[in-house]
Amino acid sequence: MLKLVAKSPAEGLVPISVGTMELSEVVPAAITSIACYKGQADTLSAALKEHYGMALPKTGQATGRAGARAMWAGPSVFLVGPEPHADLSNHAAIVDQSDSWCVLNLKGADVEAVLARLSSVDMRSKAMKKGQVVRSQLQHMNAIYHRVSDDSFDIYAFRSMAKTMVHDIDRAMRYIATRA
Amino acid sequence: MRLSDYGQIDRGNAVSFRFDGKTYGGFQGDTLASALLANDVRLVARSFKYHRPRGILSAGSEEPNAIVTVGSGVYQDPNVRATVQEIYNGFEANSQNRWPSLKHDLLSVNDLIAPFLSAGFYYKTFMWPRAFWEKLYEPVIRRAAGLGALSEKPNEDTYERAFAHCDVLAIGAGPAGLWAAYQLAQTGLDVILADEDFHMGGRLNSEADHIGAKPAADWAADMVAQLDQMENVRLMTRTTVTGAYDGGTYGAVERVSHHMNDRGGDRPLETFWRIHAKRAVLAAGALERTIGFSNNDRPGIMQAGAVRSYLHRYGVATGKRVVVFGNNDNAFRTAHDLSAAGVEVAAYVDPRTDAAIDGDFPIYRGAYVRDTKGRLGLSSVQITDGGRTHNIAADCLAVSGGWNPTVHMTCHMNGRPTWDETIASFVPTAGSIPGMSVVGSAAGHMSTSACFESAQDIAARVASDLGKTTPADPLPTAEHAAYAIEPLWAVPGKARAWLDYQNDVTVKDIKQAAQENFRSVEHMKRYTTQGMATDQGKNSNVAALALLADATGRGIPETGTTTFRPPYSPVAIAAMGGEARGTGFAPERLTTSHAVAKHMAAPMIEAGLWYRPSYFPEHGETTWRQSCDREVIMVRENVGVCDVSTLGKIDIQGKDAAKLLDFIYTNMFSTLKVGRVRYGLMLREDGHVMDDGTTARLGENHYVMTTTTAASGLVMRHLEFVTQCLHPDWDVSFISVTEQWAQFAVAGPKARDLLSNFVEDDISNDAFGFMQCGAMDVMGVPGRLFRISFSGEMGYEVAVPARYGESLFRLLVAKAKELGGGAYGMEALNVLRIEKGFITHAEIHGRTTAFDIGMERMISAKKDCIGKTAAARPGMVDPDRERLVGLKPVGTVKQLTAGAHLFNEGDAATRVNDQGYITSVGYSPTLGHFMGLAFLRNGPNRIGELVKMVDHLRGVEAVCEVIDPVAFDPVGGRLRA
Amino acid sequence: MRIPCPICGERDRREFYYQGDALALHRPDPDAGDAAWNDYIHNRDNPAGVIRDLWHHEAGCSHWLVVTRNTVTHEVLGAELACKVKGEQG
Repeated sequence: MLKLVAKSPAEGLVPISVGTMELSEVVPAAITSIACYKGQADTLSAALKEHYGMALPKTGQATGRAGARAMWAGPSVFLVGPEPHADLSNHAAIVDQSDSWCVLNLKGADVEAVLARLSSVDMRSKAMKKGQVVRSQLQHMNAIYHRVSDDSFDIYAFRSMAKTMVHDIDRAMRYIATRA
Repeated sequence: MRLSDYGQIDRGNAVSFRFDGKTYGGFQGDTLASALLANDVRLVARSFKYHRPRGILSAGSEEPNAIVTVGSGVYQDPNVRATVQEIYNGFEANSQNRWPSLKHDLLSVNDLIAPFLSAGFYYKTFMWPRAFWEKLYEPVIRRAAGLGALSEKPNEDTYERAFAHCDVLAIGAGPAGLWAAYQLAQTGLDVILADEDFHMGGRLNSEADHIGAKPAADWAADMVAQLDQMENVRLMTRTTVTGAYDGGTYGAVERVSHHMNDRGGDRPLETFWRIHAKRAVLAAGALERTIGFSNNDRPGIMQAGAVRSYLHRYGVATGKRVVVFGNNDNAFRTAHDLSAAGVEVAAYVDPRTDAAIDGDFPIYRGAYVRDTKGRLGLSSVQITDGGRTHNIAADCLAVSGGWNPTVHMTCHMNGRPTWDETIASFVPTAGSIPGMSVVGSAAGHMSTSACFESAQDIAARVASDLGKTTPADPLPTAEHAAYAIEPLWAVPGKARAWLDYQNDVTVKDIKQAAQENFRSVEHMKRYTTQGMATDQGKNSNVAALALLADATGRGIPETGTTTFRPPYSPVAIAAMGGEARGTGFAPERLTTSHAVAKHMAAPMIEAGLWYRPSYFPEHGETTWRQSCDREVIMVRENVGVCDVSTLGKIDIQGKDAAKLLDFIYTNMFSTLKVGRVRYGLMLREDGHVMDDGTTARLGENHYVMTTTTAASGLVMRHLEFVTQCLHPDWDVSFISVTEQWAQFAVAGPKARDLLSNFVEDDISNDAFGFMQCGAMDVMGVPGRLFRISFSGEMGYEVAVPARYGESLFRLLVAKAKELGGGAYGMEALNVLRIEKGFITHAEIHGRTTAFDIGMERMISAKKDCIGKTAAARPGMVDPDRERLVGLKPVGTVKQLTAGAHLFNEGDAATRVNDQGYITSVGYSPTLGHFMGLAFLRNGPNRIGELVKMVDHLRGVEAVCEVIDPVAFDPVGGRLRA
Repeated sequence: MRIPCPICGERDRREFYYQGDALALHRPDPDAGDAAWNDYIHNRDNPAGVIRDLWHHEAGCSHWLVVTRNTVTHEVLGAELACKVKGEQG
């Protein structure tokens, strides 16, 4: 019997550690885009609370905790972790994005210096607190940055660009390391 | 000569370096210039045009003369300013623009024919004959003139780009910059302090002053240390802020490893910073100007302030017997400091009869330096003193014509500086750069005390703008000497008096430009070349336009300045490019089947950012055509598998989803049944075709649109435009699912046989007919199946979540092989679609209409849609437009080429006779001949006619028959099989 | 150049795609006539001064913005969501 084998977006590309920095892959069980229908924000938020105990995040925010998050992602909100409850489709367009994104965790003391090589957005702790989300660029590709702790970010970019994504972050890490 | 009691160099760290092949010693903290002067090397360069011997003029980035080449081979770096370059063990530099050596430069013959090489010489002399310019004059001039040379090897240095953000950017770390930064930093604001030097402190490191009780350099070092301790302060040394741009954005170059001997590897050579600051404080200081007098360019003639820099900062006496020539009180310091250091001051010369200087050296008031002597370096100075002439032996002449505030950056956004009579120079005009304030000598405050005062004042205002209050610390006590000056631009004399050393422009050249009616300062600059090249006239601009003002009988304010543009000092293009070279140039988008295709030795072709396999070579195939022909026949006879995941896929949902599709497509999608797919055509509002593709209806309010690979981003943006800018009331949302699904075309008579290995559902023609679609379990994975075809064969596209893409492709190809099939690439895909007359962006290239491609009937009469009104304009449906046809060669030449133009058989192949052009060609193994798609005037009505194809570029000409674009299976029986 | 995106905050212009005059929001009726359609599709003012044009925050929130700026001073005077502007103007 033929059987399909799954492969993660950054398989074979990470983990990498350079200097103070570590880059590793995060593979959420599911990523689901939730695009609220007109006038349904409150009922959708209530549904999220009921099923996952977290509210609909405001612009640039994430709610929930590791393993079950709702993350602002621009035009829609990403449910990261749990499978989407069928009820959600009463309030929003539900689209599976589990295989669309390469999610990498960038962690280490120099994380802000590395990010300053990748995006024009100010992501220093002063400007971006834990739990905040920024849609911007990673060199020439679009990316979503989610600060998960003082020294670590989850970074989302398109799956097809995983190799370049790793290449660009790795290079920034190496450039930073030589300055130590 | 090195002095033991002076300097901030690290005498514990001796450094050995080479210049022009000779080994010298210096110390950590030396620049190449200071180390050479310490070794009494005065001749370091030859000038640009006349190959005059030149030495070191300045001690900073404004240096016009001491320009050298650092390193060799791939690391060769020309036109490096010796006054900026730090030395390190193993450092190597060479002089440039000389042959065979600095001392014996044969091209100095140019200097002898100088009378013929004056301003405008090139323009006047090399006018005729015209053809000689490129072949003779320019190459000869280029060899004789110029600065350093490139290695002509690919540069292996790495560069990076980075962004920084702050509340306040302070530019320059002299007294004003340090004090402003310190005041602002104490408020808690984020402060970046950037300085081009490797040692912060500015002139504080170059003077004998005290700040309070501390020597100025110690005060600066303490202040830097204090700032360094503050968490909200970022100190950026070796970082030149090069430009001021819109919205508080500043460009800056950090020289990361020019001063290190382990160059290369992961350490960038330079970082190009884009700094965003809410406010900026410019504390760029001032630059000393020289005075024009005969032979004022000999090695040993230097800026008076630079002589002090070498003395105090580097512990170097720039001569044994020094003459000081100044027109302002600041020049007194040089005479006093040298004298105090035990260096003989042979004379202090000042044109002012009331110059308030005394000292233990000869002082000449109301006197001028008239001329100098010394072939490869200064040996004597001739002065006039009220009609008397003295020849004074000297090996160094320190000159000060006054100081020019460094106003450059305030002019980067079209600002013009203001003439200030009291300091005989330009000062910044307030508000020239939104958000930037100027402090210290850059603003015309010439004493250290006044610098602190202005810094304190501006810092308070900047902080207040940002909602903070500065502590108003007591001002440090510092010298507050008056800066008295009497302008002196040039001393009349017989020999050439140099203004712009780097471009060999003389006082006479400026006067000549005025005489020849180049009276505008911008014209004078271009005519004489004054103010060009690496120093951009930092030493000579003000004097040049003062002389121009004089020659044209105008005042200096009326004469105006040339425009200062970024960058302030040279920036390597490589630094601005940063990592964007090689693999960093653009993202590579790889399909899930990429590794398998590479393993199958498929060469990749770029489609936008995607990499797609061209063809899959089999054993024995030596050309792409062999592989392509085989793959085409394989699809037509058995079955082929092709990764089509790169096509854009957009998931569209909401109760107005159908409304949106009806509006952006020419044809109807609201009538499409759930579980069916329809081909759609999309127009731009101007009536031309934007894109095409199939859209599937998965549910009542749920569609999945397919775009072409090239236009996926464009279509996404278009959908966002329509739903946000035209119909924000519609309840519809969409998201790209291009990356979510790995999608493979399975095409050929055995497509169903192949797929039945993978799905258990009934996919017979009756159960799953042409243009049907639906969710389907693919080997236990929730997938999707579409019955569509871009090859003209029975075709399916099977989609699975991308994580399974590689696995599914591998298995599909393996199973296809058992059926006599296999993978096919872009070349075969192209031939298959040309045989069927299917269009791509080669045809819908931006200026074709629905009418041109024979799809005018797809514009529904029942509804409005984007582009409908414009597409109906008479010119858009003129039968004589160039319209889609097929072509096949029928003459002796059997080849067709894309891009070739079409002509009637008897006509000359000229533009006026043009009948159209070919967009796509391919050899069809199915039909046994080349086939092309083309746009031909009135094409559909000319089927059966003969036309002449002419490819002017490749020199190919072929007689073709006009045929229907659908050359293979015109009724479409195969795809419905 | 910095654009104050109402959703994401002030961002560098590299994150935006430039479209052109904001009159693109006012699509004529299909039967509005040639002159109205010509103005909509082709004719643009080129003012030395304040201009309103459409920018797409492509690398950010995906919103289309109406940005008001001065073509002489390069000053960016403000930015609004195009959907709001359209919603208010009809």
